[in-house]
Amino acid sequence: MPTNSRPTIWEHAQDKGVSRRDFLAACAWMTALLGLPNESVAQVTKALETKPRIPVLWFHFQECTCCSESFIRSSHPGVADIILDKISLDYTETLMAASGKQAEDALHDTMTKYKGEYLMLVEGSIPTGANGVYCCIGGRTALDIAREAAAGAKALVAWGSCASNGCVQNAKPNPTKATPIHELISGVPIIKVPGCPPIAEVMTGTIVHLLTFDRIPQVDGLGRPKAFYSRRVHDTCYRRPNYDAGLFVNSFDDENAKRGYCLYKMGCRGPVTYNSCGVMRWNGGTSFPIQSGHGCIGCSEGNFWDNGPFYHHLPNFPGFGIETTADDLGLKLGAATLVGIGAHAISTNIRKHRLLKEERETSEVVQDGRAEQGGS
Amino acid sequence: MPKTTTLGRVYVWEIPVRVYHWLNALCIVILCVTGYLIGAPIAIQRASEASFAYWFGKVRFIHFLFAYVFFFNFLFRLYWGWAGNRYASWRNFIPFRKRQWEEVKAVIAVDILQVDDQPIETIGHNAVAGFTYFFTFLAFLFQAITGFGLYAAMSKSWFPQLFAWIVPLMGGDFSVRQWHHVFMWFFILFSIVHVYLVFYHDYVEGRGEISSMGSGWKFIEKEYHPHMKEKTVAASKK
Repeated sequence: MPTNSRPTIWEHAQDKGVSRRDFLAACAWMTALLGLPNESVAQVTKALETKPRIPVLWFHFQECTCCSESFIRSSHPGVADIILDKISLDYTETLMAASGKQAEDALHDTMTKYKGEYLMLVEGSIPTGANGVYCCIGGRTALDIAREAAAGAKALVAWGSCASNGCVQNAKPNPTKATPIHELISGVPIIKVPGCPPIAEVMTGTIVHLLTFDRIPQVDGLGRPKAFYSRRVHDTCYRRPNYDAGLFVNSFDDENAKRGYCLYKMGCRGPVTYNSCGVMRWNGGTSFPIQSGHGCIGCSEGNFWDNGPFYHHLPNFPGFGIETTADDLGLKLGAATLVGIGAHAISTNIRKHRLLKEERETSEVVQDGRAEQGGS
Repeated sequence: MPKTTTLGRVYVWEIPVRVYHWLNALCIVILCVTGYLIGAPIAIQRASEASFAYWFGKVRFIHFLFAYVFFFNFLFRLYWGWAGNRYASWRNFIPFRKRQWEEVKAVIAVDILQVDDQPIETIGHNAVAGFTYFFTFLAFLFQAITGFGLYAAMSKSWFPQLFAWIVPLMGGDFSVRQWHHVFMWFFILFSIVHVYLVFYHDYVEGRGEISSMGSGWKFIEKEYHPHMKEKTVAASKK
């Protein structure tokens, strides 16, 4: 196997002057990050001792680079360094020193040399409108590049909401026909790591899993790693007891907001958003939106830009103008129904008047063969 | 001499149908009220700590509890569509016979547009009502699937997991929740029209439409139902 000729992660670390103690500490960190028990440290260590650094191609298409920004802030001690040391980041537009032909050569070399072994990371959606001219790199369209790279990739990670579900450029009216990667690429396992951006430790955790176990993590129905996306922000929110107690913030400056009550009525998307914000939090576990007094906007869920406004729990009902919710519409339909019923009842008394009158006047009770006049 | 119409009692709604109907009505009222509250809870200004109260949790619990009752009651009604009498039969709900389509036309002319006074002969559901219930059954199913689909994420029980597939199919919890909410309005609108029409039919036809869901009996003109029991209670000349 050609991979055996490459130095393993441990060998690579030794070359860089990493001590055995630091290496083991890093292995323990990774184990914790994956949510594995203590006993698995040995397994992780063994994997890093025997496996070469996995070649990684990180593509940037229609995106804002917030995923990369988040990733490099992975802040559990040394995690970002560890990850960057453990993988061989052969190509990434925003971080690599090379440019122009050198960069293209690096990409080409990895794709040919490590065919079927490299990991493909995609940040951003792919435009398909106007033959894809809205995103071209090195004179080739994003779709063209992605198809070629995916053909030889071991696995594909869709970074962030852009690659996972289209995000803002995919919102209506989507002029560039921005498309999430899974709708364009098939034949390679795709892991979605949605979020705008995803949490740094979720990103590193996904890579560590691929690295350690050499297979894609368990994913849910929407293709997201279960380890990080199996619970709603709501389920792990520290304000959840207020929700159950029916204590809600009514407006951002009211007394309830100061008390830190639940932001459900402020349009918080926590109850419909699957992410780890409530557990891992952001910037090294410092905070997350709800902790800062703002509802979740559901950035890791599909279509979250179109499900606005962010400060209303019910979205606008499509086709009925701005600020029309299903409740507004329902109330109007209810009123219309009552009017219709009223009209029908009046109509009944006019149109069926003769019939009803006749029935009343002619009804009689038959008793002992004698008929009594009814209508009384 | 005008024609004499003799009314006779017909046992239309069997006990299981009546129990289903009222249980279903109760469930729909409770699910709509609690469901609306879950969507737009009343905000209480209170100085107490969250640990002293659980009212919203209780509202949700009631919603989930009655969702189970509603769903299994509905399944029972589907079963009774085969086990029950001719008026409860599933055949009433899908107009696949020519006679039913003719009745649809007649009901529209007589009861909706009111351009005709010909009597509608059906004893159980008329063809329009039956077909409408078919759509309500579809709505029941939709509410059950989307509701349990949403519930699956917070339940360890196997049963809601049977519906978890709806979430990826509809693109996420948000849209599932949105449509679950929209369909609540279908139930509210349906209930308004349904209650009105029951009163309307009783008023115009005098067959005991309202009380039939309590007693099971309707009073039907004998000429439409020659084999009914000889228990004449009233007659009217025409």
